[in-house]
Formats: sequence, C-alpha cells, structure tokens
Amino acid sequence: METLVFALLNGAIYGLLLFMLSSGLTLIFSMMGVLNFAHASFYMLGAYLAFTITEGTSFWIALFLAPVLVGGVGMLVERYGLRKVHAQGHVAELLFTFGLAYLIDELVKIFWGRTAVNYRVPEILDFPLFTLYGAQYPAYRIFILFVAAFMLVALWYLLKKTRAGLIIQAALSHPHMVGSLGHNVPLIFMTVFGAGCALAGLAGVIGGNYFVTDPAMAVQMGPIVFVVVVVGGLGSLEGAFIAAMLIGLLQTSAISINASLADIFGFIGLGADTELGEITIASMAPMLPFLLLVLILMIRPRGLMGDREV
Amino acid sequence: MKSTVKAALAAAVSLCAVQAAQADTLKMAFIDPLSGAMASSGEPAYQSFVLAAEHINADGGVNGDMIEILGLDNKISPKESLVQLQKAIDQGARYIIQGNGSSVASAIIDAVNKHNARNPGEEVLFFNYAAVTPEFTNEACSFWHFRFDAHTDMKMNGITDWIASREDIKKVYLIGQDYVHGEAVAHAAETQLAEKRPDIEIVGNELHPLAKVKDFTPYVQKIISSGADAVITGNWGQDMTLLVKAAADAGQEIPYLTFYGGSNGAVAALGEGAIDTLYQVSELAANMEDVSDEQNALVEEYKERFPDYDYYYHRAFVTLDMFDKAAEEAGSNDPIAVAHALEGMSVEGGYGAATMRAEDHQLQQPLYITTVAADVTYPVDNTNLGWRLVEGGVIPADAAETPTTCEMERPD
Repeated sequence: METLVFALLNGAIYGLLLFMLSSGLTLIFSMMGVLNFAHASFYMLGAYLAFTITEGTSFWIALFLAPVLVGGVGMLVERYGLRKVHAQGHVAELLFTFGLAYLIDELVKIFWGRTAVNYRVPEILDFPLFTLYGAQYPAYRIFILFVAAFMLVALWYLLKKTRAGLIIQAALSHPHMVGSLGHNVPLIFMTVFGAGCALAGLAGVIGGNYFVTDPAMAVQMGPIVFVVVVVGGLGSLEGAFIAAMLIGLLQTSAISINASLADIFGFIGLGADTELGEITIASMAPMLPFLLLVLILMIRPRGLMGDREV
Repeated sequence: MKSTVKAALAAAVSLCAVQAAQADTLKMAFIDPLSGAMASSGEPAYQSFVLAAEHINADGGVNGDMIEILGLDNKISPKESLVQLQKAIDQGARYIIQGNGSSVASAIIDAVNKHNARNPGEEVLFFNYAAVTPEFTNEACSFWHFRFDAHTDMKMNGITDWIASREDIKKVYLIGQDYVHGEAVAHAAETQLAEKRPDIEIVGNELHPLAKVKDFTPYVQKIISSGADAVITGNWGQDMTLLVKAAADAGQEIPYLTFYGGSNGAVAALGEGAIDTLYQVSELAANMEDVSDEQNALVEEYKERFPDYDYYYHRAFVTLDMFDKAAEEAGSNDPIAVAHALEGMSVEGGYGAATMRAEDHQLQQPLYITTVAADVTYPVDNTNLGWRLVEGGVIPADAAETPTTCEMERPD
C-alpha cells in the first residue's frame, strides 16, 4: 500500500514535469512540422538562469523572470533563425535545431562551468510537509505539483476557451486560411514558439533544484521528452499529457517493485538463477520509456491520441 | 663589496636559469571525468595532483625533471578513455593516472598491458588512485598497474568490523551503482557480514544505473519500508550526493556507511542531519589528533588554492611522493626502473605510513572510519561540519590487509 502511494505521488510529479516540457515541444511540432531538437536545451537554460537570478535576488523573482527570458530567447531564435531557415524545408529546420542544441550546451559550459551548480530549493519551502508511513515528504515536491497543475489548467483554458486560443489552433492547422482572414500568422508562430520555450524554461526553474542543474541535464532529458511526444501522438496536447503521466508513473513505480523477471515469468519456466531471470524490474526502469516507444510505433504508429502518422 | 653581492646574485640567477632550462618536463596524464555529472569527483582529484606536482617541482623535481600533469577528460566512458590514453602516449606521457570508475580502469589496464607488450622500450605505467575493484590486484593483476587506494574488500573490512560491534544493527540494506564496482561492494558486504555477524539480515540489495538517477526518492522510500537499521553504499560522485540528499529529505536517521561520503557536496546536502548518520571509511582523517603540522598546513593550502573543494584526495599526494622517492632511488625516470623501485617502497604519509606491497602492487595503509561532526578544525563543503574519527575507528594497515591471489608476470 505505502509503496503504491509513494509511487503515485512521485510518479505524478515527474509526469507533470515531463508534460510541462513536452507540451511546448508538441505545440511547436504542430506548427513547424518538425521536432525541435533544442527543446531540452531551453529547459536547461531555464534552470541556469533561475540559478543566477536566485543568487542575485530571490527564487520567486526567478520563477517568473527565468521563463520569460527563455521565452524571449525562443522568440528571437524563431524570428531570426528558424523563419529564415524555414524556406529551405524541413531538413534544414531539423539541422538548425540540432546545431542550436549543441550551441546552447557549449554556451552553458562557458558561462556556468562544466560541473553542476549549487541551485538549491528555496529555504521557505525546504521543510517536511507531512509524514507518510514513516517517511517525511518535502514541501517543495508538493509545490512542484501545484505549479505544474496550475500551468496545465492555464494552458487548457488559454487554448480551448479563449479567442486567442482558437486563432492559435486554427493557425497551427490552416495557416493560409487564418492569414487570409487578416491575422498575422508569423507573429502567432513566433509567440507559440516563445511560449513553448517559456514552458520548458519553467520546467527548468522548478526541476533544476529538484534534480540537478548541470550541463548534462539537456542531453539526459531530451530523449525522454521525444518519447512523450511520439507516444502521445505528434501534435496532440492531450496525448502528451497521458503519455507524460504514464511514463512518470511507469518509471517511478518500476523502481519500487521488488520482483525479478523470474518472479513474473516463472510459470513459463524462467528460473531465478538464469541470466535473464535475475534481472529485476527496478533495474529495467530507465529502459521502460523506450520500450514503450518501440511498442507504440509498432502497434499504433500515430501515437495514443495523434491524428497523423509519424 | 656591493658589486660582489650583485655579481654573486647575477651568477646565482643565471645558474638557476640554466638549471631550469636543462630540466626536462616529465609528463603525467590524468585521465578522468572533468565534465558532466561525475566531474565533482574528477576535478578535485586533478587539482590534488597538480598541487602535489607543484610541491615536488618546488623541491627540485623528480631526478631534476619537472612534473607536468596533463588533464584529459574521459567523460567517464571507457571508450573515450582509450582515445585519451592514446593521445597521452602520443604526447610523450609515460605515466597514466586514473581512478574514477573501475570500468574505465579495467579498460586502461588492458590497453596498457597491450601497449607495453607491443612497444618494448616505450612502456607506460598506470597509477590507479581510486578504482577499487579487488580483481585489479588479484586475478587480473599486472606489473604495469599500481593501486594507491585500499580496494573494496579492505574498505568493507573496516565497515563490517564496525557493524559487528554495533549490537543494535539487525537489518542492513545494500545499495550501489550498477557496474563492476557496485557489484563488488555488494558481494564483499554479503560475504563479510555472513562471517562476522550471521544474525544480520540483508533486507535489500539494490543496483541503480551509474550517474543517471536524478531523484533517489523512490530508492530511499524502498529502504525505509524495508525497515533497515543501516545502509552500506559504495556510491561516489553525484550518485553519493543525491542519495544522501534524498535520504535527508525523507528525514531518515539511520547510519549510511559509505566509501565516498566525502564526495564533494554530500555533507552540505545533508546539513546538520549528517551528524552521526553519514560515515566514511578512507585513508584520511583530517581532524585526527597528532597529525603533523606539515600535513595540516597542506590541508589549509589546498583549501586556500581551491576554495570550492576540500582536501580529500590524500592519495594523490601519497602517489606522487612515492613515485618521486622511487624514481630517485632508481636514479631514473624510466617506467620499468621506477616500477621495480616502487615494489616494497614505503613513505611516511600524513596519516600513517603507506607501503606498496610488491607481490600485487596494492598499497597498504591504515584506514579510518569517520563520521560528520560540528566543531572540527577542518570543516568541509563550506559548512561548519567536518569529519571526526569514530571511537575504535582506526584500522591499522595490517588489519585492513587482505591476502592476494596475484601471480604477477614481471619483465626481465
């Protein structure tokens, strides 16, 4: 029971963080038609900017300022980089974001050094909130939960319930029509790209001190975010949400399971002392998202909620 | 009179200049993670070697040659390390220093063995300052490899002796990194506990991916629900810091018996919670009584030079001191001559004498079990906490010593 409760709590937090990252990516994908390889780099940029702003002022200022700055960088990248490259086709765009990811990586190493920075949880949130089955639960985790849930609701409201959201949705699927109706489509694209990057930046602000802020964080997070977007269905926010929660829960609960492959497949004769039978479920946790990716691509290539093929 | 002084001074200066010009550089390649998740282990070690080399150079160098430490980043990958090794050899380095990661050390031992077999006259020596898998000085021992750190079984001897003396510990949880080192630690803990305290139950034996886990909370919750009284871990670098950080967040107050609790940042992550919960077995006891002033001055100098880190890699200084002494005894900086001279060599380390056992090239030295305390002379991580020797925490060199199965092949 207690294992289940903890796995659910931790899995939900991890899942929401993943969603915050992948929601921006999936929006940008719907718009450009290609995956933005530099997306996880904006996540890293958010964490590092938040670290620097926290050093100078306070965490609360960083919480608002860092995503805005990252969003600004994103908009500049779209306006002066991607828009120019767009004319050359998808391959050029893909290569551009690929190069950008490396560029941001190296810039971060130059500015902040190659080792992890000491980006800490703010003191006001650094206390155990409650005790559950003998283990204290840090308040900061619940704070992440709230920030992520707030963002989720705000995003949903903006896209589904406001006029601006309707225009964005229309511009993503029928840009020429929206343009003919007199809306400034390039401006919409720039805003969407900036907002997507800002969301990644926000994930960096609250995820950077929850995990670790180091130059490897983008490389480590990148593949998982792609898995979320592909499993959820390219371009589908609902799908990305389901996939993010699924992967979050899957990864954290797998660690808590004390079984080996032999315990599960014992009935077909897999012995506990064989090489395969010895593998524990916990040690397979890092592999599970990618297993899911392969399975989804085999069984349902358009993803859980997607409406087009990969 | 004045002019004679001037002339003498000028002569002295020019003599120095001539000597400096004549002194060759002795390149030693330091191959370890200098970027990424594990750089918090590689970088302070690199700085320790640089400082140790500076001391030796200021003292006249090694047979007159000045040591230059080449820092090469291997990103903790065995493959990358072999590229860097080749680069180092091409640049003329005949001495290789590495320590972080037994998987890397194993690849380097293998490559050095092959290189030396194929290139007689251009042999290189490998000084391993931290890769502690016992095999390297047992069945896989090599004449070209010298280990300057106590290996897993030796360190575990210290930990299990301490556990054996604590009647209140009935359940032990083992957690480690999923590679050869983590497996060796778990194996040593299991066999030694079964021997020393058969009544102790091992309630968990967990291996997690190396340098990939960002959040240890699920693991810590598993430890809590297992009802363990103590945890043994061989984790290092970021895996050490994040593990104890998650334990502190969950409010866990059982002893964590570690090899590398002194990893940069672990004490800071735990804060006051580290007192009497974080234990470490190592060759270093900075706040021990009757340490020479000279050694304490070195600890202070290190902190002054590298304020981000603390004096932790005492082995780096032992390694280069012993190398210097061996080379001068051999009267040559040639790797084969140095290797022969190193066998059986002893130096007065700052925390007890260290001897290089000839039969397997395993350094023998006293080990210390320390725990975190306030009010110490040399605090760490820029906190007011530091490492204090526990009662009965001194393990003399002969108690830490374990027999070896090494059958070494020596060149003629």
